[in-house]
Amino acid sequence: MPARRRQGTNVNSTVEPYVLNIGPQHPSTHGVFRVRVVMDGEVIRDLDMIVGYLHRSMEKLAEERTYTQNIPFTDRADYLAAMSGNLGLALGIERLAGVEVPERASYLRVIFAELQRIASHAMANGTLVSDAGAWQTPLLYMFREREKILDLFEMTCGARLTTNYMRAGGVSFEPPPEFWPALKELVAELPGRIDEYMELLADNEIFLGRTRGIGVITPEDAINGSLVGPALRGSGVPWDLRKAEPYCVYDRFDFDVPVGIRGDVYDRFMCRMMETRESVRILQQAIAQIPAGPHKNDIPLALRPPVGEVYSRVEGPRGEVGFYLVSDGGPAPYRFHLRAPSLINLSLLRELARGASLPDAVVTLGSIDIVVGEIDR
Amino acid sequence: MPAGPNQLLGHRVADAIEAALRGAVTGRHVEWVEVRSDRVRDVLHFLHDSEAFDAAQLSNLTSVDRHTHFEVVYHLQSLDLNHQIVVKAIVEDHENPLLPSAYPVYKGALLQEREVYDLMGIRFEGHPDLRRLFLWEGYPAYPLRKDFLSLGQITGKDVNPGLVRFPFEDTEDPDRMLNAGNIVTGEREAAAGNAGQAQAGH
Repeated sequence: MPARRRQGTNVNSTVEPYVLNIGPQHPSTHGVFRVRVVMDGEVIRDLDMIVGYLHRSMEKLAEERTYTQNIPFTDRADYLAAMSGNLGLALGIERLAGVEVPERASYLRVIFAELQRIASHAMANGTLVSDAGAWQTPLLYMFREREKILDLFEMTCGARLTTNYMRAGGVSFEPPPEFWPALKELVAELPGRIDEYMELLADNEIFLGRTRGIGVITPEDAINGSLVGPALRGSGVPWDLRKAEPYCVYDRFDFDVPVGIRGDVYDRFMCRMMETRESVRILQQAIAQIPAGPHKNDIPLALRPPVGEVYSRVEGPRGEVGFYLVSDGGPAPYRFHLRAPSLINLSLLRELARGASLPDAVVTLGSIDIVVGEIDR
Repeated sequence: MPAGPNQLLGHRVADAIEAALRGAVTGRHVEWVEVRSDRVRDVLHFLHDSEAFDAAQLSNLTSVDRHTHFEVVYHLQSLDLNHQIVVKAIVEDHENPLLPSAYPVYKGALLQEREVYDLMGIRFEGHPDLRRLFLWEGYPAYPLRKDFLSLGQITGKDVNPGLVRFPFEDTEDPDRMLNAGNIVTGEREAAAGNAGQAQAGH
């Protein structure tokens, strides 16, 4: 038996397709996300995703909480980009109830949303590079910046992940005096760090081999499949809500929307890298322009928006985070729906995986960048 | 204004739909257009293919339970023209809600319609893979419906349809109270019997 084994496997033998289960506890699925794949040797014939392990029925719970009480739920939806979720819901409540926001609060919102984008993209790209085989080292490099950003969050609102920072009518706290020097130091440091990552990864032959031409999404498919964020822009569609439908004060900043050309894993990775640069540009301008003034307008504790509905959306790190709020005039929403980019970006996963090899499918999933808390809600 | 900054007027969209598909529009509103549920796929096809509307992307699909009927809400957008269109399909049949799937027009409806089916119990005809998404097959209720009571709403002897309350739920013990209301088993009597035995054994 050992002698035969040493001669290698018989390439002519046919293997029946078999089902392989990955997850829910598996590092390549980025959370409690499970896929069952039908494998024909090395090639995926079919894929079925099973989600719901983290389902907390947020939308039902929201119907018996006031609008303000619902803001902490958005932290727990996309827990890697809590600020973006907070912002989307706060903007929705403001539009529904007709609440004004002080200018300084809008700037603070932009600053924190962009910091969150940098932190989230660092996590996304770090785990993608991990999936591609560079186990943990690049991820921990990128965590260095993420840590500093989370420190800034902590000194402002006391929490690192579940920030609960935005309010209808402004933000909950004015940043402390030590925040501004730390932020300026970070913003000065970030371009050099991004250059470092680009040097290490952008032309790395192994990384290129693992990501070039893998998981290609055409622009038509990306639009038709409701893809948003870097998954859409990686395919060359310049769609960014900060440009298309400027909220807060994004129309006052000069920044570009990076897009890919080929729509493969590498382009989505590069889109995130370039967006980090653009976020730094926005931060520099926001720090220079931020006016003095109050950080919050007082609103009634029991806010009762008039009967109506609103669909408010912001460009989160993973794309369009939408809140569909229906009011019946009461203190709690009649219907609360969170449009989760992580879930909807998976619409094409099955098509992408068919015919791919298993390691390529893992990298493709990593490049779409899911957060399971947001998928399951 | 609750309408989005780039949202098209519902009246304008309604007029165009009515001109192309007679009888499809059932209601007009400043912000949205209401259409018959059985013709919603035709309406989406029309908006998707029309040059004036160019609704290339289904941005969001969700549903609202209005006690007597369901609304299925489609947020469409054109990336080139940068505008949004809101279409609502009114599903009159509250007992057995059914409407055509948007999947043949928008692939992005795949998981969103599964989510609506899972949590609201609206079935989509022509969907290639209509299964529960978050909950498991056989879960007897659709939690986002208004007749489904969540934990904070359950008082006294209320029971959610298809779900069972166990005897120990009346206890003051907070650990056990956490389980109130939403324990799924098969037959109500069988479950009550099992629970009784388990308690007796305990």
